[in-house]
Amino acid sequence: MAKLIMTVDDSTSIRQMVTFTLKEAGYDVIEAVDGMDALQKLETAKVNLILTDLNMPNLDGIGLIKKVRMMPNYKFTPIIFLTTESQEAKKNEAKASGATGWIVKPFKPEQLISVIKKVLPN
Amino acid sequence: MADKHKESFKIEAKELLAELETTLLELERNKDNFDLINKAFRALHTIKGSAGMFDYDNISMFTHDIENLFDKIRNGEVEITKQIIDLTLMAKDQISLMLEDTETEKFSNDEIVKNVIISFKELSDLGISVAEESGIQKDKVKVEAKSSLYFIKFIPSKEIFVNGTNPIYLINELTGLGEAIVKADTRQIPDLKELITEYCYIGWKLLLSSTKSLDTIRDVFIFVEDLCEIEVEKLDIKEDIASNKELFSILNSELDFDSFSVENILAKAEKIIVELQDSEQIPAKEIKVSKKEITTADTDTKQSVRINAEKLDELVNLVGELVIVQARLSQTVSRIDDSELANISEEVERLTWELRDSALNIRMLPIGTTFNKFKRLVRDLAYELGKEVELTTEGAETELDKTVIEKLNDPLVHIIRNAIDHGIEEPEKRVALGKQRKGSINLSASQSGGNVIIKISDDGAGIDKEKIKEKALSLGLISEGIEYKESDIFSLIFHPGFSLAKKITSVSGRGVGMDVVKKAIEGLRGTVEVESELGKGTTIILKLPLTLAIIDGLLVEISNNFYVLPLSSVEECVELSRKDTDKMHGRNIINIRGELIPFIKLRERFFIDGEAPEIEQVVIVDIKGNRVGFVVDKVVGQHQTVLKTLGKIYKSVNDISGATILGDGTVALIIDVQKLAEQQELEEREKLK
Repeated sequence: MAKLIMTVDDSTSIRQMVTFTLKEAGYDVIEAVDGMDALQKLETAKVNLILTDLNMPNLDGIGLIKKVRMMPNYKFTPIIFLTTESQEAKKNEAKASGATGWIVKPFKPEQLISVIKKVLPN
Repeated sequence: MADKHKESFKIEAKELLAELETTLLELERNKDNFDLINKAFRALHTIKGSAGMFDYDNISMFTHDIENLFDKIRNGEVEITKQIIDLTLMAKDQISLMLEDTETEKFSNDEIVKNVIISFKELSDLGISVAEESGIQKDKVKVEAKSSLYFIKFIPSKEIFVNGTNPIYLINELTGLGEAIVKADTRQIPDLKELITEYCYIGWKLLLSSTKSLDTIRDVFIFVEDLCEIEVEKLDIKEDIASNKELFSILNSELDFDSFSVENILAKAEKIIVELQDSEQIPAKEIKVSKKEITTADTDTKQSVRINAEKLDELVNLVGELVIVQARLSQTVSRIDDSELANISEEVERLTWELRDSALNIRMLPIGTTFNKFKRLVRDLAYELGKEVELTTEGAETELDKTVIEKLNDPLVHIIRNAIDHGIEEPEKRVALGKQRKGSINLSASQSGGNVIIKISDDGAGIDKEKIKEKALSLGLISEGIEYKESDIFSLIFHPGFSLAKKITSVSGRGVGMDVVKKAIEGLRGTVEVESELGKGTTIILKLPLTLAIIDGLLVEISNNFYVLPLSSVEECVELSRKDTDKMHGRNIINIRGELIPFIKLRERFFIDGEAPEIEQVVIVDIKGNRVGFVVDKVVGQHQTVLKTLGKIYKSVNDISGATILGDGTVALIIDVQKLAEQQELEEREKLK
């Protein structure tokens, strides 16, 4: 049974690239365009890992991480966030909010897969 | 794969750049608006971040300094000036160029790029580009041919699960780096009564033999460094086994091995034989995934879906076909006396109409985005020509078919250019004339009946009728002594080669503009009109049909040949008897309530065989304010037609704009009333000469 990963990003092109990369690696993927969209989808989908950008409208990455950690089904689900080099403070905030790990933008598809495998081997 | 995503990024980047431009223009007027500053920063940040992922490293690097500057502006360290806005707009143009450049390694326009970057750096007071500092050191992995022995202690914090980390995965990652002995320390696990299932009470110790470096091993813990007690120590193994006191003590005390096992292990100097304990732990819950849930759920928030334009055209086409078939159904059903069938057919008709409206609606976009693009154009152009102009818009939410909007762009650009170049006077002149220093151009869009009316008006110099007459006389377009209607005089500016400009600027004066505009608008089955008052200003009025594909028409018949006239132009239908024609002595004019209206006998024009009936019908049509009649045998009735083009072979046939299929399968030709009338007029003129 393939693991289901949710990718949350307001950039369509990044979402598409991530979806493609993950599917190639054998994961199932569900997309969300921002924090609010993600929360709504998480109510019905059974996701094994959440991959989220930090800068998004409506509900940003940090907000999403905090809310997800309050959902009983997702208390222990790995959450990986996307960050740029210059966002040290944000990184710490995300970690403090309950994120599992991170990946730095720009990243190559292989890097994405190796981080995912770290927290969610198939 | 890369190309498809790159294309997707390109589209997205273009949207971001357009948004950035709008924001910058607004910022120019509201320098302290924090929301706008933030918006600009975010757009730049996103472009920079994403560009690097799609092979646009040059854009990423270029945008870096701009993003930095806006960050400083965000923090209040730098203030917005016109120079910054200009520079950023220029940078935005540059990025647009870079998006199109296929060779992404080199910059297009190196000089401009270099200068822009230098300017941004100066503005940010940065000596060196921050891009040169690297936040994250790339791992320098030293590949050691020899194995090293590591002792690893890993004691996760109790709350480690709450971060979504599963320590077992980390253990697995470690053991995957070489060969290892793993020992779990379970001494901390409390009594079941006191056990909190969400806590981790286990620690691990490992002996790992690996060719990887210390850094690589430490990297396994990169996400949990501050949440756990982690020790990674490289052990020195000496040839003389007995003197490996360190190793012994570890194996004994830390790993609880008895001396027998230790000897065994140490027997192999190069490789440590691993007795992997059963470290396979199945995660607490098997999470089931239902395929159904992997669909995009409906949300209340306004979501937009990006659709390939071709797919949309296909859909509209299919709907068109459906409309035709439904007409056939209706017709067939009307011949059968079956009330139940009739009911169903009516229902189908209603649904088909709704579907038609819906499908056409999908292609509709608000014209506002096009209007917004012009704000930048007006700003730049006004500056270039030394004029001061303000652009105002109305009716931005008016919707038009997507294709119409795209094809409107160039004509509108040209009209606006003309307005700024010829219409609006220089600021000093305006003041001298008692006008406001800043000229204004107003773009308005509104819906009226089945059409969209777009007006471009300026409060400039207006068009000089006399000058037009002069030029037109010299070009032989009009003759001396004839009284022409004002609107006809103004329409002369649409003639190819007609230009009143005294000098040719890069913008206008070449005389190729307005006739191209007219052709473009007519190609959209629309009309262009000019209203102007000398000294006060000019208004260009574009009238465009709401949809291209389906039109409401009047179906007429001539000896079993069917034609459709656009219903929006039809004013009335009148009978024409032999007596009426005799009265006019053979001339094609009919007297309707005192007004003399010329008519065209379609039977003659189309060379249709057969005899005309005693009483014919004249369909009176409005063509640009003039009433013209079209004589047919019979007016069948209203008919909603799906316009189908005839194909390239018939491109030069002006009278007919397309065809449609009637309910019973016959083909009806759709008449372009304006062209037909104009053509007829031309032919008659020729005859008189």
